[in-house]
Order: sequence, then structure tokens, then C-alpha cells
Amino acid sequence: MAAATPDTALKRTPLYDRHVAAGAKLVPFAGWEMPVQYEGVKQEHLATRATAGVFDVSHMGEIATSGPDAEAFLQHILSNDVTKLQTGGAQYSVLCREDGGVLDDLFTYRLGATDFLTVTNASNHEKDFAWFAKQAEGFDVEVTDVAANYAMLAVQGPQAREIVGAISDSPLPDRFTCRHKMLRGQKVLVCGTGYTGEDGVELLLDPADAPMIWDEVVRRGAVPAGLAARDTLRLEVGYHLYGNDLMEERGPIEAGLGWAVKEDTGFIGSDAVRAVRDAGPSEKLVAFTMESGIARQGNPVVGGGEVTSGTMSPSLEIGIGMAYVPAERAEVGTELEIDVRGKVRRAVVARKPLYKK
Amino acid sequence: MADASYPTELLYHAEHDWARIDGDTAVFGITWYAQDALGEVVFFDPPQVGSTVTAGESYAEVESVKAVSDVVAPLSGEIIEVNPGLGDTPENINNDPYGDGWMVKVRLSEESQTGDLLDAAAYEATLS
Repeated sequence: MAAATPDTALKRTPLYDRHVAAGAKLVPFAGWEMPVQYEGVKQEHLATRATAGVFDVSHMGEIATSGPDAEAFLQHILSNDVTKLQTGGAQYSVLCREDGGVLDDLFTYRLGATDFLTVTNASNHEKDFAWFAKQAEGFDVEVTDVAANYAMLAVQGPQAREIVGAISDSPLPDRFTCRHKMLRGQKVLVCGTGYTGEDGVELLLDPADAPMIWDEVVRRGAVPAGLAARDTLRLEVGYHLYGNDLMEERGPIEAGLGWAVKEDTGFIGSDAVRAVRDAGPSEKLVAFTMESGIARQGNPVVGGGEVTSGTMSPSLEIGIGMAYVPAERAEVGTELEIDVRGKVRRAVVARKPLYKK
Repeated sequence: MADASYPTELLYHAEHDWARIDGDTAVFGITWYAQDALGEVVFFDPPQVGSTVTAGESYAEVESVKAVSDVVAPLSGEIIEVNPGLGDTPENINNDPYGDGWMVKVRLSEESQTGDLLDAAAYEATLS
């Protein structure tokens, strides 16, 4: 329980001063000094479910892809069918190695016919950009690391649209679409996306505008929420966290992301992914609920497999998690035993999302 | 949550645990500092009544939303009671670490020595 030592090498978002003023507990995360919580994880989690939470996700990275071959290039590296992505649309996909291992999971926004923006996980951003740049050879495309150009706020919850709508010059985009809007006179890319299972928007904006927009949404009732609440929210709805539930050593089919993978597009890794889909994966990522206690990442599942994410669900008030288990034990309703630090605890494979309105 | 406090009638183990000694029994819990460092406690995994605990060794686990921590016994003895309230309201460990957040009552072993424990001032000095 040693106190964290300040690390001057950590990057700070443009909202750092706001976090300090709000009493945030700041922790190192993927090279950034990020708010893990403010008043308390449970309260922030439940506020997001009941009203609205605002999350500083400026640590996430952005890659711009433009040029005549932009669509063809992204089709070559992303698992989803990029040709189905309309201008103003958003699409989830994974980035695979040749052997099908997952390098990252990403949201790509189509801003124009030959103009795309892809949001990367903070921990993977440099790796992703290097991969984009390397694979771009031979395509008439310009790939640019634009992470420094953007701050990012996620406003999530049943009142999120009302809160952001109140400072927008025009109606907000629908789910899985994005539009440039003027928020309090500043140009912001407003996206109908998020990672909490709630309706809401993500705002990609000039870092200089971020504190003003943060203040506006907080004043209108969005509760500052940290990375810990973001993690419990996403886990309740069964969304993957890279580094926990997704990794280079496993593929998207095992992870249950087959819906975001279109092998017919011939993306890098598609042959390997197709082989797994055809043969059936030997293990699958499942969601589970605990009978008692809390399983944590790394806890072994008795008989094979391991927990990749585990926490106490603030909404359900039970232990929940995700685990890779042998495929024959992945059916909903299958009873699992998890070795939680030497104590065998019972869990059951549950349908996603674990939390429903 | 109340402000930091370290009652002077308690004895403290350096691993952030306290003991309230009453004759040959003692009640154990974790300190204000420990519960604050953990964050919101969501689960207390109690020991069995009748099991023995050894000074300086873990006898229970306490979980916050993000982490799990061992709870260390300040003194040795036999568990004679477990706080029944912590099953439903583990947050009492945060709200009232020296009161409703108590964890176990122990019949102290004859060998149990209080000399290794710290008084409130000495414990607080370890935190700065």
C-alpha cells in the first residue's frame, strides 16, 4: 500500500487540472497519468447508468488515413468490411497479425470518401501506428499519427444526449454515426459511440477546447467518472478490454468477435481466422457470474482456462467476469469452478450482456 | 467517509491492522489508512470460527472494486466470532473502520505478545 511516486515521464491530458480540482485519484495508465476515480467507483458507475457520466479518454490514440486508396488499405488491415462504412459512419473492428492474433480493437469513423479516423487503445497506439505505416506501403494513402491533435471525452448514460445536445448547434448524430458539430462555438466531431452499454456520445475535439466542454457537461449534470467505473461498466455489458480479454496470442473468433470479422474481405490474418472459424475454436471467451466472492484477472478456471477480467458488479452486486474456457464448457449455464487465490469458488457461464436495463 | 483517525485505545500492527484488547480476547480490524488505500470495499472473505490466527499472518481477505488485500492478524489466537454484518454491508469497513467495520473477535493465545504492536502515535508516524 505504498503511496504512488510522481512520475514526470507520464503524459497528462488537457483535463489534468480539472481532475486534480475534482479530487481524482490519479494513476499511471499506458504511459498517462489518468483519473481512476473521483468520489468513488460505485457512485460513478451508478450515476452513469442512472443519469450521465463524463469520462476523459484523451489517452486514446487517433490515426488519420486518407488518399485515393484509403478504403482499400483499411480493408486490407481491418477485420470488418470497410466498404460498408458510409460517410459519417462508425465501425468496430480488430487489427490482426498474419496468424490471426489480435493486435488491437478499434473504432473507425469515415469522415469522407477517402478520409478516415481510427481510434486506438492508448496502450497499443504506437504499435498500431507502426503497423499501419508498415502495411501502407504500396497503397496510395497517407497514414498520420494525429493523437496529439485530439482530446476525447465520453459522455455516457440516459441523460448524455440531453446534456451534450444543450450545447450543440444542431441535433446529435445517431448511434454508430458521427458528425462535426459546433459545441459552444467550437468544432467537435461528435460520435454516437461509447463503451459503457449506455446511450451517449464520444467527443473528439481540439485539446484546447476540452476543459471548456468538460466544464459545460459537468455543469449540466454529467458526473466525472474515472477509468475504474469505465471498466466495471464495460464488463457488465461484456465489452472486451485489450490487454485483459484481447491479446496477440488469441484470435477474434475465440474472443467472440466473429461478428466484427469478415474473412471474405481478405484482410491480413483472414486465412488464419477463417481456419479457426471453420474448425471451431478450441477455447472461447465467456462471461460469468460468481456464486460468491470475486474472481480476478489471472485466476485459473479448474479444468482449463483462465479469468481475463473480474470485478464486483456495482449494478448487480455480485462478482462478474470473463474467462477463456475450453469450447465444450462455454455454453450458457455451464457451471465453472474458479481458483481464487487457493479457494475454489463457483461461477456460472452467463449470457452477455450481464447487465440489462 | 470520516477523516483519518487512529484511536488511542487501540494497538496497531504495521500492516495497517488494529486490535482492541479486552482481557483475554481482542477484536481486530483494519485501519483508516488501509481502508482509504483500498477504496470502496465490496467483499469481505471471513475466516472460519474456531480457526487459529497467527500474529503477522493473513487471516482474511478484503476486496475493493479493483483489488484484493490480505488482512493480517495483529496477535495470535482462536477466532471466536466473525462480524456478521460485513456479509451484507462490507462498506462498513470504509464507513466505520473501528466500529461497525470490525472483522473478528479472537481469544488470545497465551503466547500472544502485545509488545510488537504500536500505539496510535507510533503507528501514525509510520504513515508519514
